[in-house]
This record gives sequence, structure tokens and C-alpha cells, in this order.
Amino acid sequence: MIEFRHVAKTYPDGTTAVEDFSLTVPSHTATVLLGSSGCGKTTLLRMVNRMVDPSSGQVLIDDEDLASVPPVALRRRIGYVMQNSGLLPHRRVIDNIATVPRLNGVSKREAHSRAHELMELVGLDAALASRYPGQLSGGQQQRVGVARGLASDPNILLMDEPFGAVDPLVRMELQRELRRIQTEVEKTIMFVTHDIDEALALGDQIVVLKTGGEVAQVGTAQEIVEAPADDFVAQFLGVDSGRRSLQTVPRPGGGHTVVDGGGRPVGVLEDPPEGSSEPRG
Amino acid sequence: MVEILDWVRWGLNHSDRVLMLTFEHLRLSLPAILASLLVSVPIAAAANRLRPLREVIVSGTGLLYAMPSLPLFIVLPIILGTGVRDMINVVVALTLFGISLMVRSAADGLAAVPEHIRLSATAQGFSPWRRFIGVDLPLAGPAMLAGLRVVSVSTISLVSVSAVLGVQSLGSLFTDGFQRSIVASIVIGILATALLALLMDLLLVLLGRLLMPWTQTARTSAGPVGRGRGR
Ligand SMILES: Nc1ncnc2c1ncn2[C@@H]1O[C@H](COP(=O)(O)OP(=O)(O)OP(=O)(O)O)[C@@H](O)[C@H]1O
Ligand SMILES: [Mg+2]
Repeated sequence: MIEFRHVAKTYPDGTTAVEDFSLTVPSHTATVLLGSSGCGKTTLLRMVNRMVDPSSGQVLIDDEDLASVPPVALRRRIGYVMQNSGLLPHRRVIDNIATVPRLNGVSKREAHSRAHELMELVGLDAALASRYPGQLSGGQQQRVGVARGLASDPNILLMDEPFGAVDPLVRMELQRELRRIQTEVEKTIMFVTHDIDEALALGDQIVVLKTGGEVAQVGTAQEIVEAPADDFVAQFLGVDSGRRSLQTVPRPGGGHTVVDGGGRPVGVLEDPPEGSSEPRG
Repeated sequence: MVEILDWVRWGLNHSDRVLMLTFEHLRLSLPAILASLLVSVPIAAAANRLRPLREVIVSGTGLLYAMPSLPLFIVLPIILGTGVRDMINVVVALTLFGISLMVRSAADGLAAVPEHIRLSATAQGFSPWRRFIGVDLPLAGPAMLAGLRVVSVSTISLVSVSAVLGVQSLGSLFTDGFQRSIVASIVIGILATALLALLMDLLLVLLGRLLMPWTQTARTSAGPVGRGRGR
């Protein structure tokens, strides 16, 4: 369990990134921090591995105040995946994945055999093991990044817009894979994104943030879609533009097409509602 | 034409001496090249850390190169307490010139390591020292190699100046040639020095390929699956 207690962060140049933020992240679930650029998501995420120390307030992992935990050792037991994969360009894929176990003093052989298992887990062809990151596609690099994050079998995995730099198709596949991996490994995941669909797809708990790290709403995907707490959340969801109020329209050939509030088709209804065409939820 | 044949004949007749002087030349220049690298890296790293002083340190060491070499060879022994013909004296002087070329390459190379990669390494749990050795240094490697190649050529050509003081090197072929009016000796001296500089440069390039294999592959980034399987 990760706990933020009234944390604030003002950077040395005077920028206040977070004013007063509190949150509990339950273990073995995925919590998504959702908010637009500059609202303090990365700042909050980095407090968990002490890349950023709060100016005031506390961050606790399993009731231990992080202020007294040595940062380097802490980072070696927390997985971290970032947008541009951040892979070490001078190390082969296999060595990149083995980075943290090697830092922890695991033998090269053992670290490599673990890395091979992880490549399989994240769906990477074993032939890629001896390539350098520069020889991989963006999507493959992100998979390596995820494998590296999991290499030391950390309890906590921090992910900062890990799929932000890949095309929508690859992004959706990576999201699907992450959900599959999560059912296997059940980590405590903190995932940062500004993409509402990604948040809805991945978050057991979603935290919608305004600037300054102000919490607009905390809830499950269903709670947030069904009952946005305020106009800000509603706008983020796209309620205004009618993106979230779907309707079914009968098709000439039978069955129904689902359209959004603007009349744009978004899909086909497999099981048409019986009797009436009144959509629910 | 006839002269070229004469020079070649002279060279062959004196091949023992040319080889011996080549060896002496290397004995002076190799330690200086290595020392330039070893001294410049910490200076460069410190300069980068002391942001406001960076330009002062980097440009300042760069100005060392403007020192006239001959007077330096004569002044240094007074400071070091060595003899003018002492090998240490020559190596220290050459190292100073090497540093003046190398600090900027090293500082620029280290500063050009992408910030997101350094952050990522920190996030994985690299301690600052380990990150410097394991991430910053290798990634600055190509820029440092470029600098070291210049240092190598410069050092090998500067060694010859010390021959004026009577220190043995390929430069002795010029000084002897001048004193005794043997054109062949001068020509062979120039050729041997140039050849040595060229060979050292090739060696450094090969060493770079061996130590930094990723620089070879990075350009062929979109290669088909199956490439780079090499193990
Ligand atoms: N090292 C820093 N020094 C000064 N200001 C900073 C620093 N890092 C972040 N900030 C500022 O703090 C605020 C929050 O930044 P943060 O990176 O946490 O936002 P974010 O929500 O992750 O944004 P994005 O979605 O663009 O990544 C921004 O105004 C940013 O400019
Ligand atoms: Mg961010």
C-alpha cells in the first residue's frame, strides 16, 4: 500500500507542482493518475521512488515513511517505466532487462535467465535479446522497458506515460498486454497518463487531477463515467462533446449501430436490447 | 626520382636506428596520450558539475595549447625538478597539451548524454558514481574518442620538438639531418612520424569499434528481425 499524506512540492525555481495531495493506493491493483500536461503527475509518481522529495507531507509504503529510506536501495525495489523507454543505448536488450538484478548483485547467468523469462512474459521474440535498443521499434522498446521494470520482481511498478510515444494500434495492444501481465503478476501499479481511454482501460482506481495536483475525483472507471464529480471531470471525459452518451440506432439490415451524442458511429451492438431500443448505462 | 631512391636506400640502411627511434617516440607519446585522457575526464566532469565555472575551466584549459612548446620543455624541469632531457619532463609537457585538447571533448561528450537516459538510470537504482562509470562515460565515449584521436596526432607530432633538446625520438632524424645536411634523414623522419600518427589513429578507431559495438549498429536501426543475433 502506498500512501500520500498531504504532500506538496515546490521546485527550487519557485514552481509549485503539487499543493496538497492525499491518496491511498491499494496493493496489487492498478491506480491511474489522469490529468492534463503539467498538473503534477510525474512529480507525484517520482515521490514514490524518491526521485523527487516532497517539500512537505509524507509518502509511505506499507506504513514506512520514505523520508528515512535510502533512495538508491528504494529504487532498486521499485520498477520504473517511462515514456521514451529510457533504455541504455549501449547495452543489449538482455542486459537492459537484467540491469536491476545486476545492480542488486545477482549473478550474470541468473539475471540473464530471468531476463529471458521476462522477454517471454512481455511478448518479445527471444531473437531480440542480443540487439541494441536502437535496433528495436518503439513498441518493442516499451516492452523491454516493462520487462526491465519487472526484472527484480518489485512489489511496486511505476509507469509514467509508458505508451505515450507509440501509435494508437500498438498502444492498445500494449494496454491489453499490460492487463494480461497484471493478472499474472498482480503488482501495485501506479500509472500516469493524460489519455482518458487509457485510464478507463487500465485503472482499478482512477484519480483525476487538476493543476497543482488537486484531486478532482477518485473512483473506478464505472463510477467516473456514470457520475463525473464536476464539470472538470465531465469535460475530461468528453461528456460535453457527447462522447460518452451513446445511443443505439437500428440498422436497415437488422441489429443496431451505436452512435455517440454527436451522431458519430462508435461501434455495433452485438446483443440488441430486447423489446425497446432504450439503451442502459 | 633518383632522390626518392636515395632516401629509400638511406632508410633501409638505417632501419635499425629508425625502428629504435620509433620505439622511443612511442615510449614518450603513449603515456602522454593516456595521461591526457585520464586527467581530462575528471576535470571535464567537475567542470560540468560546477555550472557557472564550466566555460572558464573548459576554455582555460583550451588556452594551454597556445603555450609555445619549446620554452615549456625548458621551463618545466625547473618546476618539476627533473632534467631537461628527462622522459618525465617531456611526457608532462605533452600531457599538458593533450589536456588542453581533451577537456572540451570530454566535457561536451559528458554534457550531451541525454537527460532522460540519466534519469532513467537513476530511477533503476544506479548510484551517482555507478551511473557515471556505467552510463555517462560509455555514452560520452564516441565524443571522447574523437577528441582522443586529435590528441594522438598532436602528441605524436609534438614529440619531435623535444629532439632539439637532445631527447631521442623520430624528431632526432630531423635534427641530425639538419646538422649533417642529410636530406634523406629529414625526409624519412617526416614520413615515419606521419606513418606513426596514421597507425595510431587506425588503432584508436579499431579500439573504439571493439569497446563501443553499439555505435556500429545504431545506424541500421530498422533492420529486419534476425539481424544482430550474433550469439
Ligand atoms: N525539475 C523541475 N523544476 C522546476 N519545475 C518543474 C520541475 N519538474 C516539473 N516542474 C513543473 O512542475 C509542474 C508539474 O510538472 P510534472 O512534470 O509533474 O507534470 P506532469 O503532469 O507530469 O506533466 P506531463 O503530462 O506534461 O508530463 C509543471 O508546471 C512543471 O513545469
Ligand atoms: Mg509527466
